[in-house]
Amino acid sequence: MTKPGIPRRTFDAVIVGGGGAGLRAALQLAQANLKVAVLSKVFPTRSHTVSAQGGITAALANVSEDNWHWHMYDTVKGSDYLGDQDAIEFMCRNAPSAVYELEHMGLPFSRLDNGKIYQRPFGGQSKNYGGDQAIRTCAAADRTGHALLHTLYQRNIAARTQFFDEFFALDLIRDDDGYVLGVTALEIETGEAWLFEARATLLATGGACRIFRHSTNAHINTGDGLGMVLRAGLPLEDMEFWQFHPTGIPEVGSLITEGVRGEGGYLVNKDGEAFMPRYAPNAKDLASRDVVARAIAQEIRAGRGCGPHGDYVHLKIEHLGADKIKARLPGIRELSMQFAGVDPIDAPIPVTPTAHYMMGGIPTNLHGQVVAPVRYGPEEPTPGLYAVGECACVSVHGANRLGGNSLLDLVVFGRAAGQHMIEYLRDNPFPRPLPSTPLERSLARLARWDRGEGSETVAGLRAEMQQVMQAHCGVYRTEALLREGLTLLDGIEARLPAAALSDRSRMFNTARLEALELENLLPIARATLVSALARTESRGAHTREDHPDRDDDRWLRHTLYFLEHADGRDQLDYKPVRLKPLTVEPFQPRARTY
Amino acid sequence: MLADPLHPNRLRWLCRRGMLELDAWLTRYLEMGLPAQPAERQADFARLLERDDMDLFDWLTGEREPPAEFRAVVDAIRTTRYKRT
Repeated sequence: MTKPGIPRRTFDAVIVGGGGAGLRAALQLAQANLKVAVLSKVFPTRSHTVSAQGGITAALANVSEDNWHWHMYDTVKGSDYLGDQDAIEFMCRNAPSAVYELEHMGLPFSRLDNGKIYQRPFGGQSKNYGGDQAIRTCAAADRTGHALLHTLYQRNIAARTQFFDEFFALDLIRDDDGYVLGVTALEIETGEAWLFEARATLLATGGACRIFRHSTNAHINTGDGLGMVLRAGLPLEDMEFWQFHPTGIPEVGSLITEGVRGEGGYLVNKDGEAFMPRYAPNAKDLASRDVVARAIAQEIRAGRGCGPHGDYVHLKIEHLGADKIKARLPGIRELSMQFAGVDPIDAPIPVTPTAHYMMGGIPTNLHGQVVAPVRYGPEEPTPGLYAVGECACVSVHGANRLGGNSLLDLVVFGRAAGQHMIEYLRDNPFPRPLPSTPLERSLARLARWDRGEGSETVAGLRAEMQQVMQAHCGVYRTEALLREGLTLLDGIEARLPAAALSDRSRMFNTARLEALELENLLPIARATLVSALARTESRGAHTREDHPDRDDDRWLRHTLYFLEHADGRDQLDYKPVRLKPLTVEPFQPRARTY
Repeated sequence: MLADPLHPNRLRWLCRRGMLELDAWLTRYLEMGLPAQPAERQADFARLLERDDMDLFDWLTGEREPPAEFRAVVDAIRTTRYKRT
């Protein structure tokens, strides 16, 4: 049994994560009169979903002729054919109803003059399977994610979802038959461990771009659900695929949009050379994101980066003149002054490739069930465990995500997972007995940070890991570089036991939380390096300079990485891409050109 | 037992937001500006942290004018310079 004094709560379902995915699933369950708890390490409306400003893609055909088949084609092609075509069909076909559902919930979409939902064009959207630009992304001004999150939160309050704000999930509780029976969590305010027992558990913990030094992600994006899954002996899928934005402000990560180069801004190295024409003679500074990001990375590697560490390049816009900069780019000027200490009217903005989105994650099927190879096949559901959103790999984004598809992923699969959980709970009405020591592992992890004098610090090790990942596993990857990165990461991990906390107080001990987050980040970094080293091809966001071509014969398959496996540490396995859609003809892999 | 609303650890956790820029702005002020402030201004900061991410973002980028009660603290956050390490 649990130790006396440890708070224990029982629900039908527990959701870890209060962003768009978790809230959409929670709503489905609460509206079915199930008892549902949402655990969130920050107040739910401060989840990273608020940063998704662009919009949500659905073929509504409000502005231009459109249908979901074209959206599906664009998503399959955008994924560089690594996306599962059944999941992509499911998402694109359900996109219009998911958007109308949000509209009916009260999400304040921007409107066209005729009253219909406004739509805007995004990169990678086409009519008629690769034809003219489509106009497909619905938006609530430039704050769609924020509006989505608030709408879902209000609806959950009305449906009496029970919120546990400022609770940090620690570990999954799993019995010997593999059933997931809930989670352990730390109450941040008191520093106490809690036990949340539930017949179904859903992870919606978001991405993990904080493994990199330069990231556009909020500091909360430490991949906590991925760490929980790895510690439970389950795999992560396609972790070599991370989307980088070419121009973020170093260290802080704040995005400088393509719009700046669209207005006439251009990139220069430390010699003052405008280098993009060497990499993209025609498109130059307006080449696609991955091309620009790789060019910057190559300049930095060749020793032509700017600054004391030579780790960024300059984006020049002074020549546009003060009037034009103030009129057209006021927001960018503000961010540059605030976070780079540079007024772009007088001096260039420092920029560097910046991690933006994690395509891989916890493997699921299109019901959100977490799947893994166990005995009979590569995709056996783990009973009682679900995952949705950026933490999950369903896989609709494959090797590269299209803008506007991540919010869609949240609501379509959040609803689908909630619906499947309702059926699962109906079919499994009785709680299974908890293992004899459900809290043992979590309490041991907490106790570890209450001990010892340290020669290392959490912040120091985290910074080293981020530096290694940026330099060795960023947009520029070779076998030698990745191998060296793995050796360096081994060294950092070996020093983790020597780290200790200076603050061992209970209440709001942020040092301890950062230590627990580092325990999640490190194995994710490891999964990324090991998966990237093995994939000897270039596909989507994973570019190997030593293997520049896509290799469908060998690599049209998903990577599965196990941290802990019966066969040892760091095991890789593979499973086929699901090339057969649900109802339409498959899209055969072709060269991905735009 | 409830934590002191001005406890530095509590404020540090409340600086964890959904947007990277807010993390950077608020943490920077927490570390470099706040400790020297009188209790009254520290209380303003604690109340500011209760507000919505989008409001904070608009006030700090200058997109919208903050309410009078937050003008001083928003201004203090904006003028705390960020130093690259």
